[in-house]
Amino acid sequence: MITIKNLHKKFGKLHVLKGVTTHIKEREVVVIIGPSGSGKSTLLRCINLLETPTSGEVWVDGFNLTDPKTDINKVRTEVGMVFQRFNLFPHKTALENITLAPIKVRGMKKDEAEAIAYDLLKKVGLSDKANAYPDQLSGGQQQRVAIARALAMKPKVMLFDEPTSALDPEMVGEVLEVMLELAHEGMTMVVVTHEMGFAKEVGHRVLFMDEGVIVEEGKPEEIFQNPQQQRTKDFLSKILHV
Amino acid sequence: MELKWSVVIESLPLLAEGALVTLKITVIAVTLGSIIGLFAGLMRIARNPLLKFIARVYVDFIRGTPLLVQIFIIYYGFPQLWAALTGGQPQAISPWAAAIASTSINSGAYVAEIFRAGIQSIDRGQMEAARSLGMTYGQAMRYVILPQAFKRVIPPLGNEFIAMLKDTSLLSVIGFEELARRGALIIGYNARAFEVWFAVAILYLIMTLLISQLVSFTERRLKTGDHH
Repeated sequence: MITIKNLHKKFGKLHVLKGVTTHIKEREVVVIIGPSGSGKSTLLRCINLLETPTSGEVWVDGFNLTDPKTDINKVRTEVGMVFQRFNLFPHKTALENITLAPIKVRGMKKDEAEAIAYDLLKKVGLSDKANAYPDQLSGGQQQRVAIARALAMKPKVMLFDEPTSALDPEMVGEVLEVMLELAHEGMTMVVVTHEMGFAKEVGHRVLFMDEGVIVEEGKPEEIFQNPQQQRTKDFLSKILHV
Repeated sequence: MELKWSVVIESLPLLAEGALVTLKITVIAVTLGSIIGLFAGLMRIARNPLLKFIARVYVDFIRGTPLLVQIFIIYYGFPQLWAALTGGQPQAISPWAAAIASTSINSGAYVAEIFRAGIQSIDRGQMEAARSLGMTYGQAMRYVILPQAFKRVIPPLGNEFIAMLKDTSLLSVIGFEELARRGALIIGYNARAFEVWFAVAILYLIMTLLISQLVSFTERRLKTGDHH
């Protein structure tokens, strides 16, 4: 589904990604962990070209994103993205947030888009919030609307960029629950997160990144219980015993 | 010689007509200026370096030179330029045409900066979210960024309107009969400089106060119902 070959990304002199290579299969749930500044968010953002790779290749569903001839807008409709800060459109209701792209990008009829949106709101447990504006919703509710908004495009892959990091602790669960359900339905997911519980429960594979490279990867239980690399051990001891 | 305030009453109908012309040219200038300014503002933040450069030159030239000189260039200069280019005789342009052209072009440059700042004040995540849903840059601008930016530019646009309303008095130098020109003409006839200029000032003040009230009212309404 996603193939990344020797990916490099530089911001000016800052070398953020230093040759990342990996492959993500259909229906696979991959969790990326690592210290801040390790390049994990940048890697995620390269998968839908919110960041343009400096060199290397990114393939999504058979399209080479790094080929200038690729219609990036079309590829993006297949790749849903959920942001740390939700990024809901504040001037639109929850329902309008969800229907905007299906109507404008897919050319869907309004009724049809709304029917899909109501289904998705039900799925994320917010049927009663269709007409609420983002500032009338809690962080957890906003993030669930954001997930519904991404799902409305019927993406083949969902990218999550620290989806629970901006939430109050009591709201983390409701968002993870939605993600859990998605994973069980077989959605291909790439998740940057610090939620080790989520990683253990639904992750098929964990990538540990540090200083722009994948230091170690493997099944969650292997990485968490028996890390091979010293940097992985250091990182895990920090986040698990604070 | 005593002050004679009755002349103000006598000249009020003529001054009111002038004030109406002032209001009219200001509305035209800021309306056309907003259209020019929207495009120039979008060009200022475009990726294309040529578009960026053109908008930059336009904004810098207009904001870096006096409106009075711009009025002269258009009213006296353009007919000559046209004649030189076509090899014919200079054809005078009407004060109305020169007034509309100079003030709209002037306003456009200031509005461009207002729109640019308004668009850039919208969180980057909004554009990213829209693009990540497959929207083109244009769709994201139109449906996501601009509706939010428009709300934020209302106060500075109100200020631009007030500034332009006062600056249209400069049009009197090309014989455009707005409020200040009317005042000057009336004084030429009755020689009552203080009374008439004072009345002119009060009329400007009434207009600017009304407009700033209107702007803060709109602003308050947008704040209470932030999304509607």
